[in-house]
Amino acid sequence: MAAHPGGLTVVAGAVADAVDTVTTDLTSTIDDAPAAVVVQDLVRTYGVPTKTDGETPVLLGVDLTIRQGEFVAILGRSGSGKSTLLRALAGLDHDVSGSGTVVVPERVSVVFQDSRLLPWARVLDNVTLGLRHADDLGRERLAEVGLAGRERAWPTELSGGEQQRVSLARSLVREPQLLLADEPFGALDALTRIRMHTLLRELCARHRPAVLLVTHDVDEAITLADRVVVLDSGRISLHLPVDLEGTRSAADPGFAALRARLLDALGVPPTEGTE
Amino acid sequence: MSTLTLPRALHTGPHSGTGTAAAARRRTTRRLGPGRPIRGSAAIGLLTLLVVWSVGSLTGFIDTRTLSAPWTVVTTAGDLIADGRLQTNLAVSAQRAFLGLLIGIAVGTALALVSGLSRIGEAFIDGPVQVKRAIPSLALLPLLILWLGIGEPMKVVTITLGVAVPVYIHTHNGLRTIDARYVELAETVGLSRWGFVTRVILPGALPGFLLGLRFAVTAAWLSLVVVEQINGTAGIGYMMELARTYGQTEIIVVGLVLYGVLGYGSDAVVRLVQRRALSWRRTLAD
Repeated sequence: MAAHPGGLTVVAGAVADAVDTVTTDLTSTIDDAPAAVVVQDLVRTYGVPTKTDGETPVLLGVDLTIRQGEFVAILGRSGSGKSTLLRALAGLDHDVSGSGTVVVPERVSVVFQDSRLLPWARVLDNVTLGLRHADDLGRERLAEVGLAGRERAWPTELSGGEQQRVSLARSLVREPQLLLADEPFGALDALTRIRMHTLLRELCARHRPAVLLVTHDVDEAITLADRVVVLDSGRISLHLPVDLEGTRSAADPGFAALRARLLDALGVPPTEGTE
Repeated sequence: MSTLTLPRALHTGPHSGTGTAAAARRRTTRRLGPGRPIRGSAAIGLLTLLVVWSVGSLTGFIDTRTLSAPWTVVTTAGDLIADGRLQTNLAVSAQRAFLGLLIGIAVGTALALVSGLSRIGEAFIDGPVQVKRAIPSLALLPLLILWLGIGEPMKVVTITLGVAVPVYIHTHNGLRTIDARYVELAETVGLSRWGFVTRVILPGALPGFLLGLRFAVTAAWLSLVVVEQINGTAGIGYMMELARTYGQTEIIVVGLVLYGVLGYGSDAVVRLVQRRALSWRRTLAD
């Protein structure tokens, strides 16, 4: 991982050791799989932290554990600190100060809201960026996201949904133990988003990375995640396991109940007519 | 009354009668862009200029002592080629321009990379180059002549200075305007420093570099004109300077046309390279 600012302990690739000491007080929600990510008492402030009432920290002591293969979605209003948390896990927080422990696995991939493809590199080169001799694997992943035959295309020749699929292929070609996704479907149209949900679920079922999905879409969180976490003014205010059987449909009463709880936790008053 | 509330598309229809065409035209929004390109638009202005020149010369409106007729220029060019003067002078000029261009591009690019990739490099390099940019090469000439004499080195160095600055400015700007999101991406996929430079920085700065190159090529010919008229013994500028003393406007015009062709031609070459190298980019211009 990249260098982190002072005051923050980051342990990468040493998951097993670190986990032994902290597993006791973890609120495990799924099976007994070992933890992939451990976040303890994470405090983050942008700019220079001041003791007096100057800067308000974005994160005020976040504790979060994600087990191997677990899909966790983070919901929160704008400014609740969800992206800050994701960036802390991705090691992208060079100019922030804070404290706390972050344990992440060796191989972490990030999917951004924009596909972030290098416009001057062809699709396959974008997928294998930073890897050597990975062309065959890259082709395989492209086929998996339904873009076989588009290896030589320029990113600008693809539609928004296709670009985001390339970016998914790019993150999966690294065989990540942790997949971080920052509102990856936020910029897509509703129909493409539904297709991408199905694709992401299939891919995660096949490759089993631990996933942290940042989103503001309650339905998306319930559809995809094993557990939904609500972040409210820098603290986790709700852990909600999604225990729905079979295919998840918004018409399911269980789905609706979860949605109501999450909306309530997000401070959205129930609308008349629904429920 | 009811027609006012109808959607726009409903107004145009076969039943609208005689007013259809006019009504339809009114419904298209006003075009604000320049419209479709005219074929061969680059030639139109040049041809007009040539016609005015020819007609002026024919009617005697343009005095041949002021400006030779186009056909005189052509025959003079033929004569100059026949006795080999044009080729020798052109070869000397081309060599100077090419050498200065080559060194200037290398220097400008190297400086831009050092200054663009490290803050310390920027601290040392950017200031002086920006100051040099504000000083025209012509103003430096007296100093360069004192230092390097009036021989070939002075000429090549002047061209180099004129070339290095635009290459530096545009490449540096290209480097610095690479989207920070790509830097972030490079960090998350774990690119090495070398991989970052070759996969992100250099291709990202290429559009800037090529734009700088276009300015540089023009600058090279410009500097050439100036240095060749100072105590030259060969070169197109020298040929023109000599013609001036004898009042041979036709040779001066041949030189001017040659400069124009060379400058325009080399710019066209760079534009071609630009289009090839930047095929990933879809801009309005192409």
